[in-house]
Amino acid sequence: MQTDRFVTPAARDTVLVKVRFFATHRETVGADRVSFELPGGASVADLIETLVARFPDIQPVVGAARFAVNREYAAPTTILHDGDEVALIPPVAGGRS
Amino acid sequence: MATELDRRFQVVDSPIDAAAVMRRVQHPGNGAICVFYGVVRDHALSGRQTSQLHYEAYREMAEEKMTEIADDLYRRWGIDRVAMTHRIGRLGIGEPSVVIAVGTPHRKLAFEACEYAIDRLKAEVPIWKKEIGPDGEEWVE
Repeated sequence: MQTDRFVTPAARDTVLVKVRFFATHRETVGADRVSFELPGGASVADLIETLVARFPDIQPVVGAARFAVNREYAAPTTILHDGDEVALIPPVAGGRS
Repeated sequence: MATELDRRFQVVDSPIDAAAVMRRVQHPGNGAICVFYGVVRDHALSGRQTSQLHYEAYREMAEEKMTEIADDLYRRWGIDRVAMTHRIGRLGIGEPSVVIAVGTPHRKLAFEACEYAIDRLKAEVPIWKKEIGPDGEEWVE
């Protein structure tokens, strides 16, 4: 972490987020929750990039996932904050009547 | 101690008490209660034989989403008597996985709102099922 006091807080700070996995994702990752430290200003999409780098096996299934931040569906552009709970939501089984 | 009203939107890991779900929507002004049971069937959409289903939920979000769906029933139709319980874990053929009850003054609206509620639940509530059968196991997507 840089200590230069002239860098912007967003560039200097990091955020710690908790990521939760379910169903096929949980089995692929081998854990139901993993914490990630990301640069300040990181988005959900940035998190996914980091996630795929750490767990390459998830790449084929992550494309169909939706995301939730603090239990609300969220767009990939959503900016993450320290302490956020992000969930990868695989397609839910319903849909058919 | 949680009241019956607190238990209206629940993810549970034991068999669903459907009579209790219905009791949560009773009201002297209502003449109809429509109750939907989703039950485990013995085959997948593909036709493959199923002997059990395993359900998994993002429990906190699932309960919040069920509450939101009920809020929408109130906004659309003024319905304030809705209860939903979804079970997770391993379920055998014929066991209820979800029970929804909707109480209204007259029956037509109860049917319509109950169908709306299960459609929304299936599309939005983060609950997944894995089909377990003689040919193996597979998450349904």
